[in-house]
Amino acid sequence: MKAKALIPLILFAVLVGFLAVGLRLDPHEVPSPLVNKPAPAFKVAQLEQAEQQFSPEDLKGKVWLLNVWASWCVACRQEHPVLMDFARAQIAPLIGLDYKDQRKDALGVLKRAGNPYDVTAFDADGRVGIDYGVYGVPESYVIDKAGVIRYKHIGPITTEALQKTIIPLINELKKS
Amino acid sequence: MIPELGHFALILALCVSLVQGILPVFGAQYGRREWIVLARPAAQAGFLLMLASFAALAWSFYVNDFSVQYVAAHSNAQLPTLFRFGAVWGGHEGSLLLWVFMLSGWTVAVAQYSRTLDDAMVARVIGVLGLVTTGLLLFILFTSNPFDRLLPAAENGRDLNPLLQDPGLIFHPPMLYMGYVGFAVAFAFAISALLSGRLDAAWARWSRPWTTAAWIFLTLGIALGSWWAYYELGWGGWWFWDPVENASFMPWLLGTALLHSLAVTEKRGSFKSWTVLLAIGAFSLSLLGTFLVRSGVLTSVHAFATDPRRGIFILVLLLLVVGSSLALFAWRAPKVALGGTFALVSRESLMLMGNVLLVVACASVLLGTLYPLLIDALKLGKISVGPPYFNAVFVPVMAPVLFLLAAVPLAKWKNADARDIALRMWIPAGLAIIAAIFVPRVMGNWTVMTAVGVALSVWIASSGVIQVARRLKAGVPPASFWGMHLGHFGIAVFVFGVTMVGGFQEEQDVRMEPGDTVLVGGYQFKMLGVKDVPGPNYSAARGEFEVSKGGGAPNMLYPEKRNYFSSTMPMTEAAIDAGFTRDVYVSLGEPLEGKAWAVRVYFKPFVDWIWGGCLLMALGGLFAVTDRRYRMALKSREAVVGSLKGAMP
Repeated sequence: MKAKALIPLILFAVLVGFLAVGLRLDPHEVPSPLVNKPAPAFKVAQLEQAEQQFSPEDLKGKVWLLNVWASWCVACRQEHPVLMDFARAQIAPLIGLDYKDQRKDALGVLKRAGNPYDVTAFDADGRVGIDYGVYGVPESYVIDKAGVIRYKHIGPITTEALQKTIIPLINELKKS
Repeated sequence: MIPELGHFALILALCVSLVQGILPVFGAQYGRREWIVLARPAAQAGFLLMLASFAALAWSFYVNDFSVQYVAAHSNAQLPTLFRFGAVWGGHEGSLLLWVFMLSGWTVAVAQYSRTLDDAMVARVIGVLGLVTTGLLLFILFTSNPFDRLLPAAENGRDLNPLLQDPGLIFHPPMLYMGYVGFAVAFAFAISALLSGRLDAAWARWSRPWTTAAWIFLTLGIALGSWWAYYELGWGGWWFWDPVENASFMPWLLGTALLHSLAVTEKRGSFKSWTVLLAIGAFSLSLLGTFLVRSGVLTSVHAFATDPRRGIFILVLLLLVVGSSLALFAWRAPKVALGGTFALVSRESLMLMGNVLLVVACASVLLGTLYPLLIDALKLGKISVGPPYFNAVFVPVMAPVLFLLAAVPLAKWKNADARDIALRMWIPAGLAIIAAIFVPRVMGNWTVMTAVGVALSVWIASSGVIQVARRLKAGVPPASFWGMHLGHFGIAVFVFGVTMVGGFQEEQDVRMEPGDTVLVGGYQFKMLGVKDVPGPNYSAARGEFEVSKGGGAPNMLYPEKRNYFSSTMPMTEAAIDAGFTRDVYVSLGEPLEGKAWAVRVYFKPFVDWIWGGCLLMALGGLFAVTDRRYRMALKSREAVVGSLKGAMP
């Protein structure tokens, strides 16, 4: 009886331990081992034209932005207007990677909110995401002319991150 | 000057809460009368000081005192007065001040409305509340002082987050906090009962109305937040399983379990340890919610500015409050006498089942909310848990709760006859099956999920109506009877709304030019045009839409896209034509080339039943609180008010 009454306390102690560790972590920051490594190759169906395929090879020689998103991801909605701005400015190709999603739902979102992507690759089972080390959605990668990942942004892209980090980096990479 | 007075009042309040938290508790433990009697005056003094402090901050907002950092960060000279007032709790510091202000309000209410309780018990309850207040006041004063000055003063303020500039959001946080904080009272009663060793029916009777009151506020607060998300975010959804939403929903689930468990403890003396644990749990989850929201350990659409110092402080507070309560529980609970025994089929056993399921549902939400953090802390990676998890786990756990709750009021205490219950439920069962077959067909198409939803809703509603009709033959039932059935009926209405919206909403996303029409859910939407309209602190593009059905008189809808001067993010103001059986909803998306716009048009059948159901639940709670059994306390309040008046010079 006495031991049983201790269970809530023990469970709580475990929880506090996790919370204490969690405090020292930044949920937005994940060091990516992929930065400065070649972007993993893949070939998957496109979201809009299911019969066509997309591969990073198609964009060799261009600097481009890969944005991982999903229709079920709330934070992606927050990021969406920023991506629309980015697309309108026509700075670089913006490729979407629709991660672990239903085709119908994803198309619905794009129809409803506008489509900032030049092409969206459809990663239904998340296999491409695993290769890219996608932990949470949204995430974005800047990939250079040689097909090397130069930068990874975790979480929704803010206007500030876009203006201060991503666009300058893209412009610099374009020159080289 | 005024902000300094507010700051000073806050410091004095801390001193008072220290006295309130220490002396009465020791006095009650060692039988020292002169310390026991300190409890009530300390509660009153604490409340007045917090009132002064809160008023000082509100005043600083009212007069646009931008030399106060918090005001400069959350207000603006152009902000309308109503929103300036709402901005008082529009940020971290102010919302914490509101939290403690409300805690002092609940404390003084306990002090006033508890004249029938014995003084030692009241002293303990007020003392425990004083300790909680002390912890939060230390938190405010050391990490989040709203009265910090900004020198030199700012010319103008940065303005309130445009998302928060909405009447719904002015009332949402206070309601929610009243609920969160109200569970502190149930918690304090539970701790006092553990301290005194008197865990009995009287304790349950005392804490029931307080728990119910807190639950009412929390229900309304969550409903308001959901309603706000529905019309302000422009996505037409009403619940997103966001960590911050979950943080408010978990205490609600445990609070609901607590309400029912308290009823069993009061009537039958059973479940005492369980009830105490739920009371501790409900308040702990309120604190945990505060921690999750304020520390930034989880990513959320409710992006709050975060400061690691604050996270550590709340964590330590959580550790002290919850850790010490659970330790006290572990020490005292084994000595609690068992209550009345009951058979395998009885009202007690059915309520216990429902209770356990609610706790499981709460645990599954907690797991989903904390899972990203756990995985991260174990260095297994970073993940996000989305609505698919919550829907897959939560719905199957809650469905049996809904199934049970219709039948439980029919079960007798102690020993019920399963066959008797089954015999009395055949009419609701028949109605539920008929509705499950036909309602989804009438609405469009039949799916298992909508059929189950409709069946459960009709099952609950019809059995409630039958039980009420039967009871009325035996004379006028007490208020608590009405309260229970209203609350359960609210659940039925809520479930029906959720099912209908989930199964039969229609949406169209179209490119529209002036003159274009689109047909959604039998309604014809005609776009007349989009005009630029100035607002007090924003400029807006306002769409004009004509909505008509079957050639009837058209209705005008004006959705807006607002650009606030202070923010780069455009805000959506959806236009909604609300109705009893459906909402039609228009919101502006992005401007396209020429005069064309991307437009979202929704048809949402019975969506308002979701919030209507919540209102009915809250109303049920209100009935339960006013039951005659608690009126003793009300009468004595009048005596108190009278004596207070007499005491005034």
